[in-house]
Amino acid sequence: MDKEEYKKLVDKLTPKENKKKNALVAFLVGGLVGVLAEIVVVIFVHFFSVSRTDACLWTCLLVIFIASLFTALGFFDNWVTKAKAGLILPTTGFAHSVTSAALDYKRDGFITGIGANVFKLAGSVILYGIISAFFFAILGVIIYG
Amino acid sequence: MASLKFNNVYIKDSFTVAGPLESEGQIGKFDIMMEDYYYKEKTFIDAEIRMQKVVIDNLLYRNKAAGTIDLLLGGDLSNQLTITNFSAKHFAIPFLGVYSACASFAESLIIASEFIESGNIKNAIAITSSHNLNAERQFRFPIEYGAPRAKTTTFTATGAVGTLLTQEKNKIKVESATLGNVLDYDQKDATHMGAVMTPAAVEVLMKHLEDLKRDVSYYDVILTGDLGKIGTKIFREFLNQNYGIKIKNHMDAGCEIFLPSQEVYSGSSGPVTLPLVLFNKVLKNTKFKKILFIATGSLHSKDTTNQKKSIPSIAHAVSLEVLS
Repeated sequence: MDKEEYKKLVDKLTPKENKKKNALVAFLVGGLVGVLAEIVVVIFVHFFSVSRTDACLWTCLLVIFIASLFTALGFFDNWVTKAKAGLILPTTGFAHSVTSAALDYKRDGFITGIGANVFKLAGSVILYGIISAFFFAILGVIIYG
Repeated sequence: MASLKFNNVYIKDSFTVAGPLESEGQIGKFDIMMEDYYYKEKTFIDAEIRMQKVVIDNLLYRNKAAGTIDLLLGGDLSNQLTITNFSAKHFAIPFLGVYSACASFAESLIIASEFIESGNIKNAIAITSSHNLNAERQFRFPIEYGAPRAKTTTFTATGAVGTLLTQEKNKIKVESATLGNVLDYDQKDATHMGAVMTPAAVEVLMKHLEDLKRDVSYYDVILTGDLGKIGTKIFREFLNQNYGIKIKNHMDAGCEIFLPSQEVYSGSSGPVTLPLVLFNKVLKNTKFKKILFIATGSLHSKDTTNQKKSIPSIAHAVSLEVLS
């Protein structure tokens, strides 16, 4: 059996990921996170008399805090594994990746451990987020003046 | 000389420390069952070192073998074999560290057997271990990170197993062994190690059967290391398609540790998987007299995977005979 034939055999016997189900779960869970956050925003606006912009900011911080806390308490990774993109795409995913890396490397010291590894997974988001923001800002200036 | 025959190498004893999930699994009974992943230590690295140390201590104590062991061999998954090196420092026994990923245990056993067969040494201990969270951290993601997993992913078993080999006649004889080559079938998916390692397992099996002029039915059981559920299907289909062998006496250690309810995807992997099943299930079953085990290893690192290199694999086969 050569490599090509073997690849075909492997493909035939490897179960396919259920993309439709994954997408549906992600849509529902991600949507739920959005709805909950919106409720929090409304509460901030109505009961604490903050502007909607400020309320959004506070909500974002709260979501990050909750995701980090749940990660530290040790059960958020199971949620993420099940909900997949539903919890990875919202800010929860970013918070989760940073906190989990911090927990993992705390034994390796503040500088060589946490400092060097905390953005291990989130580093790409930060770098490419900044780069794309730069180019979109230029585009924005060109289009809208 | 791919295959070696042994006439005076025996397994005297073995000792197992099994992780918490493994202890709740299919086998359910081990010498020591860990309650949690820390095993009374502060880090998982220390926990795994302690696991190995406990195994060696118990082997020495149970067999009153302190001072009589000529060689300690072993390996694990950690970079630079840290775990095994750090546990070996507790013993004043000449030490060889070996690495062939999840085939490390078979490699240790073969080297020890050859030393004993030559008459240069009398007793040796072969040790291996893996710790799910150490392997996760080294090969995959931070421990608390909940990465979505493919159905083909295997779950690294936690445990340490050691065996005491001797030239004194005993019930279990190490009869022969076949050394495998490193093979590369252009598989690049590190989450599908069953597919990576199957060709190596098939090749070493066929080489073993050819060298010793045997048929698969010669053995009561052929135990592969950690191909997992999907890898097992590929292994059986490979043998069928290429050699017309419909293997009936095959068991994969990766499918024998965890229960389906434990959500371990394609099954168990890690160097401890095979010895865990071999010593705690296969050798405890009196029906199995002639046993061939094939340990398989996927020889990648995180760097080679990130650089999209194909993954080489290795397998070694060892034949055991239970004497009556």
